[in-house]
Amino acid sequence: MVTEPEGRTAPPQASRKHCERAGSTVSVLALAREISESVPDPELPMLTLADLGILRDVSADGERVIVSLTPTYSGCPALAEMRRDLSLRLAAAGLDAEVRTVLSPAWSSDWISAAGRRKLAAAGIAPPQPAPPRGGPVPLALAPVRRDVTCPHCGAPGAQQTAPFSATACKALYRCAACSEPFEYVKEI
Amino acid sequence: MGFDTAYEAISEEADAGHRWAFGTGFADPLAGVDTTLPDGVDGADLGAYCLMLGDDALIMSHRLQQWLARAPELEEETALANIALDLLGQARLLLARAGTADGTGRGEDDYAFGRLEREFRNVRLAEVADADFGGLIARLLVFSTWRLALLAALRGSRDPVLAAVAARGVSEVAYHRDYAAQWAVRLAGGTDYSRGRIEAGLAAVAPLTAELFADSDVERRLIAAEVAADPGGLRSEFEAVIGVALAEEDLAWPDVPPLTGVAGQAGRDGIHTEAMGYLLAELQSLARALPGATW
Repeated sequence: MVTEPEGRTAPPQASRKHCERAGSTVSVLALAREISESVPDPELPMLTLADLGILRDVSADGERVIVSLTPTYSGCPALAEMRRDLSLRLAAAGLDAEVRTVLSPAWSSDWISAAGRRKLAAAGIAPPQPAPPRGGPVPLALAPVRRDVTCPHCGAPGAQQTAPFSATACKALYRCAACSEPFEYVKEI
Repeated sequence: MGFDTAYEAISEEADAGHRWAFGTGFADPLAGVDTTLPDGVDGADLGAYCLMLGDDALIMSHRLQQWLARAPELEEETALANIALDLLGQARLLLARAGTADGTGRGEDDYAFGRLEREFRNVRLAEVADADFGGLIARLLVFSTWRLALLAALRGSRDPVLAAVAARGVSEVAYHRDYAAQWAVRLAGGTDYSRGRIEAGLAAVAPLTAELFADSDVERRLIAAEVAADPGGLRSEFEAVIGVALAEEDLAWPDVPPLTGVAGQAGRDGIHTEAMGYLLAELQSLARALPGATW
C-alpha cells in the first residue's frame, strides 16, 4: 500500500518511481492494484476503494490494465469522482488503463473491510451492521428499524436513530443516549 | 484566459484535471458493462421497456426534487433528496440501457432532455404534483410499493443489465417504501388534521393505480421472452403491503374510479396529464436553451 494521500489532489509521487520498474505484466498489475487500492472516496475520505470494497478486479487485457469497480448506490455521485481520480492516477503512473463498471453482484456494505470499519469509527461514523439477506421478499418496516448501534464517540450502546437518511445516500443519523452526541451510521445494504 | 460564455468556463474541457464542483462528472453509467442483447430478445422492445422503467424513475425523481427547500423539516428534505437521488441513478442506468438496446446509440441526456411529452413512457402516477406533504407521502407509498414489487420480479430478468439494475434498486426502494409507510402511519395516527391530509392524499393517488397493473404489447412480448415482469402479477403483493400499512391506523383504501386515459391510452402510451408539460418545461429548459452544455 502506498501512503494514503491527504485528499483527492495530485497522484502520489511514489507511483512515478514505480513505473520505471514496471516492465513485466506482473509488476504492471501490482502497480495498478497498488494505485487503485489507494484512491480515496471523496465523500468518506478516510476510506479507500479497497476499504470500501468497490474495487472488484485488476487484470490485464494484452498490454492494457483493466480496473473494475462496482457502484455503491445507483445515484451515488462519488463513483464518477473515484473513476476519474483513478484514471488520472493510473495515467500519471504511465499505465495504459481502462476503468470498467461491474453491476452484478450489487455492492453490499458487508464488503467494507475490517480496516475500513475501524477507520469509519475513528472518524466518528458508525460502521454498518450485517446486510439483510437478498433474493426473497422484502419485509415492510412500519416503525423505525431498531439497530444496536454503538456510539463511535464514547462507545456506549443503544444509540437512537434520529433520521433514516443523511447527507449522503449511504448513511442514517443517530444520537447517542449516553453522551448526546449526534453521529452518522453507514446503512446496511 | 477568456471564455465566450459562463458555461464554457466551468465545462469539462476547461478543466485541467479538477472540476469546479464535486459530482459534476457525468460519465456513462454503463461504461465497460457488457450490453450485448440476450438471445431472442428484440432490441427495440427492450429499449422501449427500459424507457418505461427509466421514465418512471426520472419523472418521480424530478417531482421529489421540487420539494427541496420546501419540506417541513430538514430531516425530511434530506430524505426526499436521497430518494430522488436513488431514483435518478436508476433512471440514468435504465436510459443508458435503452440506448444500447434500441440500436439508436442515444445517451441518457438525449432521452431525458431531447424527447417530447408524447415520447415519455412513465405512468401518470409519477408526474402528478403533490398538494401537500400528506399527498406526497401517499404518492410515494404507492409508487415505492409498486416499484419495489416490480424491481424484485425483474431480478430474474434474462437481460443481465436489467437484472443487475433491479437487484441494486430493490435495496434502495425498500428504504423509500419504509420511509413513506412510516410517515403514512404517523400522519394517520396524529391529529384529525394530519389524518385528513393522508386520507386526501390516498384519495388523490388511488385513481392512478389501475394503470400500474395494465400491460402493453411491448411488455407482453418481453414477458414471453422472460425479460419483463408481468404488471398484473404485481397486484397481489401491492395490495397486501398497502393493506398492512393502512391497517396500522385503520385507514381505508379509497373507493374511487380509475382515471381514464384517452381512447384507452395512458402514460405507457405517451398520453399524460396536464401536469406533465409543465414538469418537462422545467426539466428540459436548460438543455433546450443551451444544447450540449456541460458543467
